[in-house]
Amino acid sequence: MNDNDIVLRVEDIHKSFGGIEVLRGVSFDVRRGETKVFIGPSGTGKSTLLRCINQLTPPDRGRVWLDGEEVTNSGARINHFRQKIGMVFQNFFLFDHLTAVKNVELALLKVRGMSKAEAREKALTELRQVGMEDWAEHYPAELSGGQAQRVSIARALAMDPDVILFDEPTSALDPELTREVLEVMKKLAKNGMTMLVVTHEMGFACSVANEVLFMENGVVAEQGSPDLLLNDPRFTRMKDFIGRIDSRMSD
Amino acid sequence: MDQAVFLFDILLPALMQGLVITLQLIACSAPFGLALGIAVAVGRQYGHPAISWLCRTYVFLIKGTPLLLLLFILYFGLPSVGITLTAFMASILGFILCNGAYNAEYIRGALISIKEGQMVAARSLGMTRWQAIRSVILPQALRRAIPGLSNEFIYLIKYSSLAYMITVIELSGAGKLVATKYFTYTESFAAVGIVYLVLVSITTIAVNILEKRVAVPGTVRATPSAQL
Repeated sequence: MNDNDIVLRVEDIHKSFGGIEVLRGVSFDVRRGETKVFIGPSGTGKSTLLRCINQLTPPDRGRVWLDGEEVTNSGARINHFRQKIGMVFQNFFLFDHLTAVKNVELALLKVRGMSKAEAREKALTELRQVGMEDWAEHYPAELSGGQAQRVSIARALAMDPDVILFDEPTSALDPELTREVLEVMKKLAKNGMTMLVVTHEMGFACSVANEVLFMENGVVAEQGSPDLLLNDPRFTRMKDFIGRIDSRMSD
Repeated sequence: MDQAVFLFDILLPALMQGLVITLQLIACSAPFGLALGIAVAVGRQYGHPAISWLCRTYVFLIKGTPLLLLLFILYFGLPSVGITLTAFMASILGFILCNGAYNAEYIRGALISIKEGQMVAARSLGMTRWQAIRSVILPQALRRAIPGLSNEFIYLIKYSSLAYMITVIELSGAGKLVATKYFTYTESFAAVGIVYLVLVSITTIAVNILEKRVAVPGTVRATPSAQL
């Protein structure tokens, strides 16, 4: 594997909140076009890890590199890197006072400095990608959760990111809405978008992920292809965890 | 003297002259009071600790002292340190300082009510803190602050009468002059009261229209909570 393939490098990330160490040294490399899925019990630092990557939460220790440039300790240049590292949140966080299309346009206008016409065209193109073009003029409060999440994916896509971080993108959605969001994400993965996804959707993990990282107690406990983690007898932790989900669902 | 002659030839012309001054006072104070309120609220909420402290102290001082005292200091006090303001200028300055401090508190309340996710999402797209405040946080917060701000605007209409205490003959002052000269306290002050009522009514209607126009679709509660 060529080193140039590595778009994102995460080195030894540590983070504590109030004396509790949430991340205790997490490292991994992400190749261009790869989808990595993070699975694990709640409170094991998965979301914090994503936020450490784009410095929404500055890590206590460790470094992040995007395309060979250091994201950590980058000062005001962090705003440049954040354009290149898209993020999709569990609760969408659409800008409540703006229509769907203006949600997508805003950063194009303010951060990228596009003209209004350019930004509008780009925003509509991204909304089309996620099947929300017909809802362009609607406000977030008028959208279903699934629709809102698709708009927020379009908003991240509009910045032409090198990688998109998904922080439990379907955890606030019912199964039907979950499906429509996962369909969009599958399409992105197929089109070569690099994605890091924190999720509890095992079906998505198994069908889309190039690699699954099972996190527990602030470290990556198991790491490998979905097939390997599910079938190789050397790996037990993730199977235990999923087993508990499955047995709960069959009750 | 004929009642009609008093009313139309003496009282109303005097009150209209006073009203023009009152409207000038309001028009010169309100926009700057709003701007000051926004700046102070943002400075206190998002500014550097020193700026935040400065904003908090300013609000504390204004909230803690009578406006009349501020006007006396500005008009009668400042000349002793070499700053002489006209009574009109001193009034406007006092009103802006007072209006700004109270507006700041209404706006700060609205800023606090905007969920953190809005800022997080804006920053995650590469916006600076300032861009996020300007384009994402403030537009939402100001909408929520409208009821409070309109309240403060209505107060401004009424406390503009304090300018009379530093010799600006505005609406209340004009009424007072007519009342004492013609010994018609009840009629004169009732008429002054009616003019204020009209001003406040116009404001209330204008604010209602404004609130409807800037409301974000889908967020206006169709059912008033009293019906729940």
